[in-house]
Amino acid sequence: MNTPTVAPLRRTALYSVHKRMGARMVDFGGWDMPVEYPSAGLMKEHLAVRTGVGIFDVSHMGDIRISGPQALAAVQHISMNDAARLAIGQAHYSALLYPEGTFVDDVVVHRLDVHDFLLVINAGTREKDFRWVRDHVRAFDCSAEDLGDRYTQIAIQGPRALQTLAQLTSADIGSLKYYWFTHGAISRHHNILIARTGYTGEDGFEIYIPPDVKTSEEVWLELLEAGKEFGILPCGLGARNTLRLEAKMALYGHEISESITVLEAGLDRYCKLDKGDFIGRAKIEKQKASGITRTLVGLEMLDRGIARDGYKVFDAGAKEIGVITSGSYAPFLKKNIALAYVPPSHAAEGAPLNVEIRGQMARAQIVPTPFYKRPKKQS
Amino acid sequence: MAYPAGFRYTQQHEWVKVEGDTGTVGITDYAQQELGDVVYVDLPKIGATIKAGESLGTVESVKAVSEIYCPVSGEVIALNELLQGAPEKINQDPHGEAWLVKLKLSNPKEAESLMDATAYDAYVSAKAKEHSA
Repeated sequence: MNTPTVAPLRRTALYSVHKRMGARMVDFGGWDMPVEYPSAGLMKEHLAVRTGVGIFDVSHMGDIRISGPQALAAVQHISMNDAARLAIGQAHYSALLYPEGTFVDDVVVHRLDVHDFLLVINAGTREKDFRWVRDHVRAFDCSAEDLGDRYTQIAIQGPRALQTLAQLTSADIGSLKYYWFTHGAISRHHNILIARTGYTGEDGFEIYIPPDVKTSEEVWLELLEAGKEFGILPCGLGARNTLRLEAKMALYGHEISESITVLEAGLDRYCKLDKGDFIGRAKIEKQKASGITRTLVGLEMLDRGIARDGYKVFDAGAKEIGVITSGSYAPFLKKNIALAYVPPSHAAEGAPLNVEIRGQMARAQIVPTPFYKRPKKQS
Repeated sequence: MAYPAGFRYTQQHEWVKVEGDTGTVGITDYAQQELGDVVYVDLPKIGATIKAGESLGTVESVKAVSEIYCPVSGEVIALNELLQGAPEKINQDPHGEAWLVKLKLSNPKEAESLMDATAYDAYVSAKAKEHSA
């Protein structure tokens, strides 16, 4: 017997409904999560989100609330975007940085009130993030609470997400702008945080409902019923990953990590150096002056084969120059795409590269990103 | 799923159908279910000699790369060209239309040591139980 001792996987309140629906489960950041529902499969789940609507259990995500008289100053200190620009009811993409300008995690910051912020963080980094936040807001008159187990979080994503969710709520979600949120009733439950956010490159919403099994299952099943006419599918982490990759959204541990800086990841537009000091700022200013040695680019495979995370990237002359961070068949674009770090000297669009796939060189070229951008609304 | 009688099966979920000194090789229905939507198949070259247990190539789904092990020894004499343009056939007809390669067998008796359909069925049923436990 040689069974390693590991902590048991955590389950969301929707675990048994996933099992009943036949989901294939996978360990993701210590959570037992659906990777796909084989009755449709990853590919159809992906396409449902691009053309109709899909729902995702994202309750494994963590939540940290920072509130108190100096909450804004605290959030400004620990995150790179400018939270002072957020109106109440508005959210933005940001990141918690180490002094080195690398990533503790990427986060979505919601301004609940003048002195009240909600940070939504990644599942695999929940404990690390909370310790980091708690330790670095100590000097401020505010409190940091771990609300990670306070919600069942469901993402409703796709061009039909609005029409689906609208059937469960009286809140005026149609007039909600992208990356704004409101509070309203969802079926029988009052005062639910409803945010027009997501991680798929589509329009959509994320709702934060009470975490008991009964409420969670009820809302999940009501959403599936409401979306029936639009071909709604429950979607797993597999489709979540291919959707975010087509939209070139970063995944912690892949495009961003403890050893990759904001500038290298190309996320400087979310990093506001003019807002005052914050953790990581000095290093980023320095790197801005000295320049970066690697940059994130999008690749499309020309030869057959899929470039996967960790595969080596070579220039046209077979010199090793970088590494793939994420790669997959892209179900909507019907191409093999990947993200990679390469030197800026090799990052020009159209530049030919090679990816080593199981000992063989496969040709690829650099393409503009995001690979997929949703069509603008006609109205 | 009834696994075809007359085929032989490995613990890594490949099958081989022996006719004279020719062996047709594929992956099982259990394997395609585990993989999910197959998007790419990488096969050896015609003329390659492969021993039982050696890599025959890879089958990739959107999520994962899976190495295929050759159930028997022989020389590759045919590749299923259909799979280059339609890898999803592996999900639809893994024991039929979506065979991977044909081999000229070094020893047609070699396959007899592999599981038959009844044994393989029991093997995957036990695995399925493990999963749901």
